[in-house]
Amino acid sequence: MSDTKATVAVTDDSFSEDVLSSSTPVLVDFWATWCGPCKMVAPVLEEIATEKAGQLTVAKIDVDANPATARDFQVVSIPTLILFKDGAPVKRIVGAKGKAALLRELADVV
Amino acid sequence: MTPTPTLHDVIIIGSGPAGYTAAIYAARAQLKPLVFEGVQFGGALMTTTEVENYPGFREGITGPELMEEMREQAIRFGADLRMEDVDEVSLEGPVKTVKVGDETFQARSVILAMGAAARYLGIPGEQERIGTGVSTCATCDGFFFRDQEIAVIGGGDSAMEEAIFLTKFASNVTLIHRREEFRASRIMLERAKANPKITILTNTAVTQVEGEPKVTGLRLRDTVTGEESKLAVTGVFVAIGHDPRSELVRGQVELDDEGYVKVVGRTTYTSVEGVFAAGDLVDHTYRQAVTASGMGCSAAIDSERWLSEAD
Repeated sequence: MSDTKATVAVTDDSFSEDVLSSSTPVLVDFWATWCGPCKMVAPVLEEIATEKAGQLTVAKIDVDANPATARDFQVVSIPTLILFKDGAPVKRIVGAKGKAALLRELADVV
Repeated sequence: MTPTPTLHDVIIIGSGPAGYTAAIYAARAQLKPLVFEGVQFGGALMTTTEVENYPGFREGITGPELMEEMREQAIRFGADLRMEDVDEVSLEGPVKTVKVGDETFQARSVILAMGAAARYLGIPGEQERIGTGVSTCATCDGFFFRDQEIAVIGGGDSAMEEAIFLTKFASNVTLIHRREEFRASRIMLERAKANPKITILTNTAVTQVEGEPKVTGLRLRDTVTGEESKLAVTGVFVAIGHDPRSELVRGQVELDDEGYVKVVGRTTYTSVEGVFAAGDLVDHTYRQAVTASGMGCSAAIDSERWLSEAD
């Protein structure tokens, strides 16, 4: 596996520009280093980011270092994935899910 | 995608201590195991904080770290690990098939190690508030409840451990248990009782989770007097045990009344020839990381011997 990540790391500061202003839909993974199930979804998200490049951006935000964004979107459980389209959250997925299940959830957008 | 024609010696379904240990043993026995770890790879330990009783780690190790070690150990010996959930299996006959999405895999033997899933209370307001205050993973979500009042529900070791862990964040943790007596080990119960941030409510059943959409409180009922009350909390951590994840094989291998896969005596043989089972999927009684590992080892050895006898 290559070390190059297909996902993009975003922060509280860059969230508006990287996610809310994005012209392509952005799937944001709210995660933290201490969260076991977040580790489960990480490789799946890398795969989705690679396969859907151009149609979907997959972003990751570390809630420990960036608590404000998690608070703004009322994330109190991780992993939470929120899909943003045209600057607004359109879908919320809580908990670790497999690639097939995630792609099914995202099917109407990408 | 076309079905793969390869006939594997053994497919292992599930990860966690049972699945990974089976993978390590099967890989070392040159069986080239194909392992469907599932999305919840690492199993129940991925949501566990400190594991203090797994032998060999005298200072303790966190659940995810322990699983990472086992996983890497399985990879080192050549196990083929796939982070996908199995959709369907067909276990009868000499060639077992395992369906994962559009792909079908074939094997001569299968080791079942799907583990157990966290049990929920099944009360009104609970399912719809997963992610807005209801959680089964204290290590994941405790962080979000800094200086807030929360509740932990359950009476076993997991509930004690979660309650103690959550006092790092919460201002107060109310531990709610429906009985008088605790299943928890004495050491864990004493630690919880000694913690000034933990309030213990016994003989108390939770009847409803309230809040729209974020959790604001619980409705409680005294199981002795029947008296109803309310408790204001913003988080509810459910730690009332696990149910075996046997849905995948229901109707194909024999299960007991509670849904655990039945095995023959002290072996890992299921009711189906060439199919073995290990870990929390089977074990009512012990349900420890180390006992699951032990059973995973047994399953790999049982499978190896069965394969060589079948040759």
